[in-house]
This record gives sequence, C-alpha cells and structure tokens, in this order.
Amino acid sequence: GFLIPYFIMLIAEGMPLLYLELAVGQRMRRGSIGAWKIISPYLCGVGVASVVVSFFLSMYYNVINAWAFWYLFHSFQDPLPWATCPLNSNRTGYEEECEKTSSTQYFWYRQTLNISPSLEASGNMQWEQALCLTLAWLVVYLCILRGTESTGKVVYVTASLPYCVLIIYLIRGLTLHGAVNGLVYMFTPKLEQLSNPKTWISAATQIFFSLGLGFGSLIAFASYNEPTNNCERHAIIVSLINSTTSIFASIVTFSIYGFKATFNYESCINKVILLLLNAFDLEEGSLTADNLNEMKDYLMATHPQEYAQLSPQLKNCSLEAELDTAVQGTGLAFIVYSEAIKNMEVPQLYSVLYFVMLLMLGIGSMLGNTAAILTPLTDSRVIATRFPKEVISGVVCFINCVIGLIFTMEAGNYWFDIFNDYAATLSLLLIVLVETIAVCYIYGIRRFEKDLYTMIGRKPNWYWKIMWAFASPLLIISLFIFYLTDYILTGTLQYQAWDATQGQLVTKDYPSYALAVIGLLVAASTMCIPLGALVTFIRKRLKRERVSTVA
Amino acid sequence: MMSFHEISDVLLCNVTDRVSFWFVVTDSSQNMTTVPGSVVEAAIRMNRNRINSAFLLSDKTLQFLKITSTLSPPVEPSTPVWLIVFGVVLCLIVAGIVFLVVAGIQQRKKKNKESTERENLEEKGEVTVTVENGIPCEALDLKAGHINGVFAADDERFTSL
Repeated sequence: GFLIPYFIMLIAEGMPLLYLELAVGQRMRRGSIGAWKIISPYLCGVGVASVVVSFFLSMYYNVINAWAFWYLFHSFQDPLPWATCPLNSNRTGYEEECEKTSSTQYFWYRQTLNISPSLEASGNMQWEQALCLTLAWLVVYLCILRGTESTGKVVYVTASLPYCVLIIYLIRGLTLHGAVNGLVYMFTPKLEQLSNPKTWISAATQIFFSLGLGFGSLIAFASYNEPTNNCERHAIIVSLINSTTSIFASIVTFSIYGFKATFNYESCINKVILLLLNAFDLEEGSLTADNLNEMKDYLMATHPQEYAQLSPQLKNCSLEAELDTAVQGTGLAFIVYSEAIKNMEVPQLYSVLYFVMLLMLGIGSMLGNTAAILTPLTDSRVIATRFPKEVISGVVCFINCVIGLIFTMEAGNYWFDIFNDYAATLSLLLIVLVETIAVCYIYGIRRFEKDLYTMIGRKPNWYWKIMWAFASPLLIISLFIFYLTDYILTGTLQYQAWDATQGQLVTKDYPSYALAVIGLLVAASTMCIPLGALVTFIRKRLKRERVSTVA
Repeated sequence: MMSFHEISDVLLCNVTDRVSFWFVVTDSSQNMTTVPGSVVEAAIRMNRNRINSAFLLSDKTLQFLKITSTLSPPVEPSTPVWLIVFGVVLCLIVAGIVFLVVAGIQQRKKKNKESTERENLEEKGEVTVTVENGIPCEALDLKAGHINGVFAADDERFTSL
C-alpha cells in the first residue's frame, strides 16, 4: 500500500534532487559548506545546517549499530535467548513481565534496554550497551581513519554483503508458511491510507533518508569525483538501484511478517481451541481451526452460562490485526524480526546473517554521515594543517561516543525516539527546499545548465528543469504545511512508554524539558540558514564601511 | 511410612471424552481409606518424569491440576557467551586501528624524510625539481580540480544581493 506514494515521491523528489546535489558537489569540488558559499555567500548557512543535522544524526544513529551488535553476540547460543522467557524466582513459572507480553518483547525492553517506565526516571547507564556502543564507534573509526579514499573500499563490502543476505532471506522467506499473506497485504493498496498526509510525509522522508539528500554527504562524496563524471546517468542509476533494493527488501520483510502473523494467528487459534476443550471436556480433535466458529456458536447455544464465564478469555484471533501491528520504528524492527527468526529452523544461522546485514547497512550509513562532518573539517585550512586526519576523525568519534552514552541509560530509548523523530525530519525538508530554490533561482538555472554542459557535455532536458524549478519546491512546501497543521491540530507531543506492569506501551506526555530539547534540536539546524545569511550581510556591511572610510 | 499399593488401589472417576479424570489412591492395608491428597501430590511431584515417560507425554501434554511443574532453567555457561564474542571482535578491531595508525605515522615519517632530502639537494643545486608556485609538481594533486579563489569571488558580481 505504501508503494504508490513511494514511487511518486521518488520521481518527483528523489531523482531530481539527487542529480542536483551530485552536480553541485562535482562542480564546486568542495564539501557542503564550501559549495554553498560559492553559489551565494548568503547561503553558507545551508552547508552549516547540513553539517549540524549530520552531527545530530551520527550522535544517535550509531546506537542502532550497538543494538545490532548486542543481538549479534547473543545469536551464538542454543536456544536463542529471546525464544523463551526466563523463569521466576521459585521456578514454578515464567517471569511475570514476560508472561504478559511475548518473550521477544521482553528481551528487547527488559534485557536489552532495561527501559524505565517514563522519560523522567533516567536510571543508570547500562554497561553492556555502553560497551557495544564503544565497539560500534571503534568500527566506524577504523573505516574512516584514512579518509574518504579508504572509505570507498570499505563501502564495497558494506554495500554488497546485504544483497547476498537479502537473497538468502528471500529464498527462505518465500518458502515459509504464511509468507503469501504478507505479500498480499503489501501489494493491496489501502485507499484510506493514501488520503492521510502522514503517509506522504513518511514516504518523502523515507526517500530523503535512503538517498541521503540534504545531509551534505552526497555533495562531499561528489566533490571527489572527476569533473567530467556523468552525474546525470549516475543519479538515475543510483535512484533506480535504491528503489529496486527497497522493493526487494520489502518483499523479504513482508514475507517474513506474513510468516510471523500467520504463526501468531495459528497459535492464538490453538490456544482458544485448548481453552474450549479443557473447559467443556470435549474429545481431542473435535475442535479444529476450520470448524471453530460453528462449534463456538454451538457451545454458546448449549452451555450459555459456562460460555459467558469463559468469553473474556476467548480472544478474537484475526490475521488482519496481526498484519496491522505497526511495521515501522527501530525497536519494532528488532522485535518483529527476532520473533520471526526464533520460529525458523537453525535460527542461529539466520539470526547471525540478519544482524550482520543490519550492521553492514548501519555502518554504511554512519560512514556517509561522518564523511559529511569530516569533509568540511578537512577542507578548512585552519584545522587541517594543524592536525592529521587520524586525530580529527578520532576526536569526532570520541565526542559522539561520549554524547551517545546518554542513549544507553535506562530512559535512553525515549531520548533516542526524540532524536529519531525530530532531529532530522523538519530540518531536512527545509534544507532541501532552500537548496532547490537556491540553485534554481539564486544561482540561476541557465548558469547551472551551462555548468552541466561543460561538465558532462549535455544540457538537462525539460523533465529535470520542471522538477527542479516547480514540482519539488511545491511538494516540499505542501509537506511542510501538512506537518505544521498536523502538529497544531494534535496539540502537545506524546510518546510511547513501556509499562512493565501491563506489559505493553502506553502514551504519555513529554515533560517540559524534553519539549525544550526538541525545540532546540529543530532550531539548531534550521536557524543556521537565516543566521548564516545575517552574518554574511553584517560582514559585508562592515567591509563596505571600512572601504568607504579608507577611500 | 512405606506402604505398597496395587493397581487396583487407584480408583478413577469422572472420565470424560477429553481424556481427563479424577483419581484417588486407596490404602488397602488400612481398611480402604484414601491416601491424603498432599501425600499423593508430593509423590507425583517427585516421580513426574517416570509418569510422563510411561505415557510418552511431557509436562506440557500431561497436566496435573494444582500441581505446577518445576521448570528447568536453561543452561547458562559460566561466562556469558556474548562477552566472549564481544572480546574477539573488539580485539580484531583494535588491532586493525593500531595497524592503520602506525602505518600512517610511518608513511608520514618517510614523506618528511624525502622532502628534507630534496630540500638539501636543492640548496646544493644538484637536483632540478619542477616546481609550480613553490609546490613540487609531484605533491600537487593534478587529478582533483581546484577552484581558484580569485576567480570564484568574481561570481559575486552576477549574483544579485
């Protein structure tokens, strides 16, 4: 159902903006700060905003890699630790919290995160998570140590290994029982979802994130290209490969979801059958999944009282409800996949494969982020001449690691959600909007055409020009309006907190200091753009006055 | 108190289609009184395994109401497995970092030595080195283009402020 907005956003936003950023980087041959300064001195704020967003992103994104490491290290056991609940103190049953929810959720919320009931209760730092986070940063440091040239070689591995794992998972996933249900669910469009603007916003942010638009990493990478590199062809190829991979990955994901949903649905039905058999002392095998509904009506008619006593425990098992359980969010990615993996044969192998793939993808993204931060730093002559590359990368990694320790505290996952939801989304939209308007209207689209002609020998055709000049800015502005109206309509912001006593998520309001942090996150990156323009304006004024007084 | 019982001492009642039943154990040596429930429960708890295997069933498929089975905890090795794997990966990564850093330092030392040698030779006038603007040609990265700051600043004239 998500496919339609995804494709429309890809054609309207993804490909044109990717081509734009690659061309800008290749032409200006600088990182994001230098490149925008060249286009117009008032736009140095755009580059700085990109670097700030990349900095926020690198702060919190590596925590996902830390979690992937944690799960990977725990996959070398039989049985997998999230397959069964731990026992309670007198060994008569399973632990209470684990009983109320499933063992995979218990493993995630209690044994991985040790999550606190609310954002205010910060709790202690989890040393296991801190260790995994340090390891994740060491791995990133190893890859970026020698600069972007060596990163290019690492990316060969981190980009190709996930494909191999995805193919293995595709074969395994399609042969699982119940995979077809998931695939059918994925391909049926849901019209009421299409009318909801949130779907379009998440499709747009998904395209931006997966292509890496607005972070400055594309400009940084493109500045290392040959000046005559054909970036138009590259842009088209990259976005097509990216979307094919996304579709491929979602086929795998949805076949596994289908398997998990069917498995849960069938165990739910079996539980209901067992309950009825025990309560009414029926013969084994008289109740099956097929005749369950008729038998339920029959029992309700013949033994109304006992049935009425039993009915609160009889859950209505529904395959649709299982498939609808939210299919997004970082924590849910860990929970759902680990739940599906524990039910396969040889779960250790599939678990190791899956988390290695997740690590490759995560580290690949981290490399792009840190490249976006490091390229402006190594471009600036002030810092680059005094310190060697290794020291600069080491300092950046160290600072990020220390700040990232916040996310290893008991309330860390709530802060992670704050960063995940607010650090990048709005700022990215604004940065990309300013980028398009700057290149089209301030730099001039004719000048840009001429630059492209000198670089690749061909002028961009009408599709690119229309997208850059009209369609993309309009779409982004409308997304902005949707976002703001949505926020104004819902009022205060809320978050999902884990309640250990009930064994499920509850909605709570953010405390005021959390709202302040959210505001700061959004403001820190968006305010860079007007501030940069203001600073340049003041500097020019001062220079002009100085010149006029000298003359 | 050890007493022997026969199969005939176990009486069944309330047998249903569900293969569930109530049973009592009578004590034939003491005038057909029933053995108290707590004694029977304790006996079943101790011999659960034998009863299960006699029926080829398990704790999950043969249920005694009111007798909760003691679950066996999963096997836990002395050091958690994940720490072992973590240690291995950590050592590999740290070794890689140290190797790269040391290689980088050695490369820089070699480059410094080469440039000081060349400077010494230039003073003696023995080696002609092609130089462009004071930078030897080999050091210039001719592949990557450079934006000349003087000309780039000229663009200001065309951008409306």
